[in-house]
Amino acid sequence: MLIYALKRLSIALLVAITVSLITFSMIYLSGDPAIALAGETATQQDIENIRKVYGYDQPIIVQYLSWLGGALTGNLGHSHYLKSEVSEVIFQRLPVTMTLGASALGFALALSIPLGVLAAMRPNTLVDRFALTIAVVGQALPSFWFALIMIFFFGVSLRWLPITGSSSWLNFVMPSIALGYYVTPAVMRLTRAGMIEVLSSDYIRTARAKGLRPVVVLFKHALRNAIIPVVSLSAVQFGFMLGGSIVIETIFAINGLGQLAWESILRADLPMMQAIVLVLSCFYIVLTFLADLLNAFLDPRIRVS
Amino acid sequence: MSDTTAKPDQSPVIAERIIDEPSPGERARKRMFSHAGFMFGMFVLLTIIAIAFLAPLIAPHDPLDQQLARKLIPPVWHDHAKATWVHPLGTDQFGRDYLSRLIHGSQISLLIGFAAMLISGVIGTAIGVAAGYFGGRVDMVVNFIITTRLSLPVVLVALAVVSLVGNSLTIVIWVLGLLIWDRFAVVMRSTTQQVRNLDYVAAAQAIGCSTTRIIFTEIMPNIVNNLIVVATIEMAHAIILEAALSFLGLGVQPPAPSWGLMIAEGKNHMLFDPWLVGIPGTALFILILSINLLGDGIRDVTAPENRN
Repeated sequence: MLIYALKRLSIALLVAITVSLITFSMIYLSGDPAIALAGETATQQDIENIRKVYGYDQPIIVQYLSWLGGALTGNLGHSHYLKSEVSEVIFQRLPVTMTLGASALGFALALSIPLGVLAAMRPNTLVDRFALTIAVVGQALPSFWFALIMIFFFGVSLRWLPITGSSSWLNFVMPSIALGYYVTPAVMRLTRAGMIEVLSSDYIRTARAKGLRPVVVLFKHALRNAIIPVVSLSAVQFGFMLGGSIVIETIFAINGLGQLAWESILRADLPMMQAIVLVLSCFYIVLTFLADLLNAFLDPRIRVS
Repeated sequence: MSDTTAKPDQSPVIAERIIDEPSPGERARKRMFSHAGFMFGMFVLLTIIAIAFLAPLIAPHDPLDQQLARKLIPPVWHDHAKATWVHPLGTDQFGRDYLSRLIHGSQISLLIGFAAMLISGVIGTAIGVAAGYFGGRVDMVVNFIITTRLSLPVVLVALAVVSLVGNSLTIVIWVLGLLIWDRFAVVMRSTTQQVRNLDYVAAAQAIGCSTTRIIFTEIMPNIVNNLIVVATIEMAHAIILEAALSFLGLGVQPPAPSWGLMIAEGKNHMLFDPWLVGIPGTALFILILSINLLGDGIRDVTAPENRN
């Protein structure tokens, strides 16, 4: 187990370094970052000043290493637009996005696991068809459009839910659904496939044969084994949702990392953009690392191979 | 089964019987025509493709022609004095005919979806097949590249890159194509791993076929079904991403009639004129749904045993 964990950890670190390189070089896509930062009305003198202040006049390798060194010690640079430290702003906004991601994942799991189990219990029946239809329709709904439709019906017409802001938990209901439903089909299909496989295995037949109650067989024996891949998929999807929350946060004006990212992109706040991409990527790397470990812990076969 | 135990002197009859049986191709075609999702997806997608190709001929108006005198006319099914068959789906806040914009918008969605899928397909298939076929070091490197790509948030990176490089149709296509090859690589890698251990690949190696030849004539034909299924998924993915990018104002630029952009423009009028958001969104939904159903159908038809 320890060897497996160390192997995974070293890969995760390598990936993190590669990601930091990509994130760092991203700002050079525009050509000269100093010109991009200065904006259209800047004079030559302004551009020179920015180049000095941000260190863009130094060799690229020095810039990268000092940026990486700063990132490792929690200093992600200075946002000239917000006139504050990037890391401070990010840590202010991060809990909001985390809350959104967690409640979206909660919604997705609460909907997809029961549906998947029901579909697996009665494959190719009406229940199964219904679950499949939800999955197919869910995959075809663009989340931003779905969000607008919900705003129109539940926010504007029925006035049940607030449509913007992040002050109370009610604000998170619609965004969580909009963000979470997209994950539902994948989790549901995986639960269904896992359950169908497990339910046809010998030990389930034995459990049934010795007269255990169907509920015990279903939840204690079958679901526990079928849920293992769902755990790691959930971790991965949580990472995806943090990255995808940019669209949803913008629509619902939720004051999280996603909205911050969108605003930073619009005002060409390069240090902030870099930092957000880096933070979200590292989150994903940590999540997949933990999911791998959890998987290996739950399923000893993985450790060996 | 009884045929194989038949006596040798009945062989002509056996031959006839075997010929009478449907060939694998015939059986696949039969499954195709009896698969409702496949037929529906195929029919709708072909219709949308036809609409996109014939857009200049069938669109009743110029999609860019702004006439403020006729702005915000509701669609014909609205019980409204201004609703008219001249503009069946009404007009937007600039007085542009909504049906014509919708028809021309299908070109943008299909073009971006198809082109981005091609780019990502070439990249993903190349590295996926290489990893699956060669294994070892190559596999390790490819796995590492896939993991790195997966840890970058797609929407965020796409938005950032488009904002830095500039937004044109070509740039959006390339950015999406260079970002969404991961599923191609993952699926092609695992299917190639399965195929490369089969006897006919070993046989080809034994008679001295070159690696290129083995990959193109032995491996590729046997993984092409999975490739097509992934292609449909990624085409739908690219179309949704383009719509999202355009919706956020960093994809296709106005006045082009991208469906995502139409939703964004209609958003501010949603309260009183919800059809401005409803119509392009429904079009997007139907397009994605038809591509997904087609993909699911191809999977079921070509490999019925993988359905679950």
